[in-house]
Amino acid sequence: MIRFDNVGLRYGNGPEVLRDIAFELPPGSFHFLTGASGAGKSSLLRLMYLGLRPTRGTVILFDQNIAQLPRTALPPIRRRIGVVFQNFRLLDHLSAFDNVALPLRMAGFNEGQILAHVGELLHFVGLGDCLNARPSTLSGGQQQRIAIARSVINRPRLLLADEPTGNLDDGIGMRLIYLFEELNKLGTTVVIASHNQTLIEHFDHPRLHLESSSLRVLPRRGTRMA
Amino acid sequence: MFGYRLDLPLADDATGRFLSLIIGLMVYLAMLALAGAMALADLGQRWETGLSGRVTVQVLPIASAPGAPVPTPAELTARVSTVITMLRGTPGVIRAEVVPLAEVAKLLDPWLNGALPDDLPVPALIDVVLTGTPALDLRALGAHLAETVPGARLDDHGRWLADLRTLAGVMRAIALLIVALVCGAGMAAVVFAVRTGLAIHQEVINLLHVMGATDGYVAHQFAGHILGLATRGGSGGLVLAVLTLIVMSLFGGEVGSGLLPTLTLGSGQWLLLLLVPLVAGVLAVVTAQWTVIKSLAALP
Repeated sequence: MIRFDNVGLRYGNGPEVLRDIAFELPPGSFHFLTGASGAGKSSLLRLMYLGLRPTRGTVILFDQNIAQLPRTALPPIRRRIGVVFQNFRLLDHLSAFDNVALPLRMAGFNEGQILAHVGELLHFVGLGDCLNARPSTLSGGQQQRIAIARSVINRPRLLLADEPTGNLDDGIGMRLIYLFEELNKLGTTVVIASHNQTLIEHFDHPRLHLESSSLRVLPRRGTRMA
Repeated sequence: MFGYRLDLPLADDATGRFLSLIIGLMVYLAMLALAGAMALADLGQRWETGLSGRVTVQVLPIASAPGAPVPTPAELTARVSTVITMLRGTPGVIRAEVVPLAEVAKLLDPWLNGALPDDLPVPALIDVVLTGTPALDLRALGAHLAETVPGARLDDHGRWLADLRTLAGVMRAIALLIVALVCGAGMAAVVFAVRTGLAIHQEVINLLHVMGATDGYVAHQFAGHILGLATRGGSGGLVLAVLTLIVMSLFGGEVGSGLLPTLTLGSGQWLLLLLVPLVAGVLAVVTAQWTVIKSLAALP
């Protein structure tokens, strides 16, 4: 699914924010991405969702070496990745429906298909009555559900979430991770960047831990807290 | 605009209102300049048709030889008759007629400001119409007339016509240059507006990019928005330009003389003018697409 070999990343002429990153995520795996603030979690996620290209090293995604692909070959790969951003990054000039429909429109689905899929998913996440509502008029929890619906509407093979529980209380955060686990059971590979230690310890998943710009893979502990 | 759905909130941009106004102004100026170019082309054509195929022969009241007396009016009339006879006998000449003295006086009136003085030695003018085929050797004819009849000179209007042709050509080129400059200025305004839009909505564009939007998808969004603005602005410019041309045509008809270009355009020319807003729209859309694609190439 994903393989990083000897990957380094620097912004401009600055120091390397990621150094010698090497790991492999098998299809259908679930990982937390941990590390202190500023450790490079968001940068690593950006490399994974192709928002950045590495300064050095090899990134293999869906069996394709990203460095060897032209720019024009990247959009179809990006459409196979769902991303939940820390602040949701919903487009406030669009309705909830249109926000969720964006990935399908970019993939060239017709309006009939979009109407059926988006309507069904928004009903599934409990927002069937808010199809035409602007995100700014909805609560934080509702916005979060729209963001998640948008990230999974095109059935991504890889789901990346950057501090998705950052602004939520622990109870709602737990429910969100349960939802990601459900998606994972359907075959989606999941990586969640978080610094919420309570959540990470509650769910027994292996961790990609960033420290001093380097990455260590920490295996699951084998127990899950009650 | 036109029910076109935009993922980018471009409709709220302040630059859009100005761009619409600028495109309207550009269409207006381009249409007037193009109408001017077409009127000048028509004028040149009229000069060509009016003067080509015609020559004028002057018979000057000068002595037949150095020291000889100046010809009397009767002798001058005899010389004119000789020239007319020669001309009428020349193959390729359709008509050769003396221009009446009253008309000659009218031609000289702007310079003399009044009646023609009796003692002024005015040349006799003969208006000659040629068939054009077979082409007549005017140089040889002129030389022959000058040798045979003292004071006879043939003027084929060539130099005057060439000057007018050059003038009309230069004016037409200037008008077309104005059209080109207006197009360039319009395209620069579109580039500026699109770049501003890209900067304002950089975050949304980055988001769409991460979600798998192609450069063409984003460019299409901008192109749709710009097309709407160009259509609105272009329609306004078109209406204003048509009204202006109609007014100019009405006033030009009243005050125009034969030399001034009149703005009586044919249906083909009107059609060409009506294409200006369409061309402006296409140019704006292509420019917008090109600008977006060029700018997005910097993204990973």
